[in-house]
Amino acid sequence: MNFLVCISRTPDTTSKITFEADSRKLKEDGLVFILNPYDEWYALVKAIELKEKFGGQVDVIHVGNSNAEVVMRKALAIGADAAFRIDIEPDSSWEVAKYISDFAKTKAYDLILLGKETIDHNGSETGAMVAEFMDLPYISYCNKLDIDGTKATIAREIEGGTETSEVNLPFVLSAAKGLAEQRIPNMKGIMDAKKKPLDIIAVDKLGSDLELVRFELPPVKSGVKMLAVDDMDALIKILHEEAKVI
Amino acid sequence: MVLVYIEIHQGEIKKSGLEAICFAAQIAKLKSSPLTALVLSNSDSLAGLGNYGVQNVLVANQNIDGSDSQNLCALISQVAEKNQANYIVLSNSSIGKSVAGRLAVRLNRPLVSGVNTILEEGGKLIFRKSVYSGKASAYYTSKNDKAIIALSPNSISPSKSGDSNATVSSVEIAVQPSKIKLLDRNLVKGKIPLAEADTVVSAGRGMKEPGNWGMIEELADLIGASTACSRPVADIGWRPHHEHVGQTGIAIKPNLYIAIGISGAIQHLAGVNSSRKIIVINKDPEAPFFKAADYGICGDLFEVVPKLNEAIRKFKSSNS
Ligand SMILES: Cc1cc2nc3c(=O)[nH]c(=O)nc-3n(C[C@H](O)[C@H](O)[C@H](O)COP(=O)(O)OP(=O)(O)OC[C@H]3O[C@@H](n4cnc5c(N)ncnc54)[C@H](O)[C@@H]3O)c2cc1C
Repeated sequence: MNFLVCISRTPDTTSKITFEADSRKLKEDGLVFILNPYDEWYALVKAIELKEKFGGQVDVIHVGNSNAEVVMRKALAIGADAAFRIDIEPDSSWEVAKYISDFAKTKAYDLILLGKETIDHNGSETGAMVAEFMDLPYISYCNKLDIDGTKATIAREIEGGTETSEVNLPFVLSAAKGLAEQRIPNMKGIMDAKKKPLDIIAVDKLGSDLELVRFELPPVKSGVKMLAVDDMDALIKILHEEAKVI
Repeated sequence: MVLVYIEIHQGEIKKSGLEAICFAAQIAKLKSSPLTALVLSNSDSLAGLGNYGVQNVLVANQNIDGSDSQNLCALISQVAEKNQANYIVLSNSSIGKSVAGRLAVRLNRPLVSGVNTILEEGGKLIFRKSVYSGKASAYYTSKNDKAIIALSPNSISPSKSGDSNATVSSVEIAVQPSKIKLLDRNLVKGKIPLAEADTVVSAGRGMKEPGNWGMIEELADLIGASTACSRPVADIGWRPHHEHVGQTGIAIKPNLYIAIGISGAIQHLAGVNSSRKIIVINKDPEAPFFKAADYGICGDLFEVVPKLNEAIRKFKSSNS
């Protein structure tokens, strides 16, 4: 069984976010970049678990410049077999999805996995787009997956509950907490990763109709107002007059 | 034309659906174009959507399940093409997210998801969304004045803009048999989904043990809130997983978030820092959550929360 895991590189959550002078680009100096946690902990590890069970190959793919090779090597160290980097800086999820699906169409994947969202843009956009480009079913927010032959049974999170469904391979899924348990790469994994293939694929820039106007930092909070510990009147006033919940 | 897709839940228009309508009405107004709403099942309240700026409601009376994004995409995209919809609005729910990306591909136009505000600058529509876990905003526009917009829940307060009825008619679109077979859908009964809740009471490891949650549930009941929790509390099974908010859980932005016995780690804040008002109850004056709060009470939650509940009960009985 062959798996494709789409991976992205994001600033660590604890990063302080600032932008270049034109407000259109993230200032990258001093930031620590990581493999997007949902891609790593859930999508990638699930693909590796399935490969361990059924045999096959786990490929990872990333669309972006060479800065991402560190996190791609990490994916190989965790257990992916081969990595592919589409060498272009995308401006939109549409472009990312187009490059990934063009690549995936040249192979025969049984399952394409990605994290439920990236922790930078929190878009949750790419999975549905890849599925549409490839005309495949898409199941988002999966927290459980069992495969039996060509049939998959999936549990997913929905607002206020869960849903279980059945679908035939191949399909695209986005991975949420619960789908797999994080794996820490060991020394052997890290050594092996250096010898695994990391192919760079040149493509033409597609462009998109989406235009980033600017980024903006939120206004600074005016600061917390501390209330005396027994001042229930003040709290009641806030709940009643400001929040209007009572 | 502007097209808005709305989710109907047990015969009722979801709150997030009404928000999507009002947002779409803002676009329609700025573009001086009519607004059409598309729904999957009939509901008594459809004609009343005229009050929110909708001219036409199309009811697709066929057995499409919203969670099958392939079929939903086929439906929405065909309706959009037939009616030449330039902007398509849906809510950024699990259904909305699964179909929005498909629509962007099928109709070849940009997608902006998680949008919370619209503005007009130099004749262009600009959409704002929150990025980097709430640490910044990004503003996007569509170069060809066509887009798919997925609206983040709780971004706007729906309000009526007139009093006319919308025309309700049905639409027949042929779709393929679904490739996804739904086996079971299990919804927590009687509670507002966390992502849509206006008011949230959340508690963390400071609660010491799961048996202590009675006072949290009581507070939530008293103020009509949904309950949430920090990650460790869900991880050790004190609270159900669907209550876990934060970077790895649900991201919420209620009008009011009350955090009790939660330290305010950055990964927790990532999911709640878009809340309009935050009240923090914590016994540690150095708890990082105070820096992100509007109001803070430094004290023992086991004293403060029962006292607060008592005060609310008193307030309610004297005001009823
Ligand atoms: C990659 C990653 C992702 C994560 N994602 C999330 C996430 O999505 N959501 C999340 O919540 N966490 C997440 N975490 C964990 C996060 O870093 C914190 O560990 C967690 O939020 C702490 O939970 P807590 O505040 O309930 O517990 P603690 O940090 O133990 O805090 C308990 C608080 O209760 C207070 N307290 C104790 N007793 C009392 C009392 N009697 N009265 C009043 N106050 C009291 C204490 O002063 C303390 O501030 C993540 C961590 C990592 C590394």
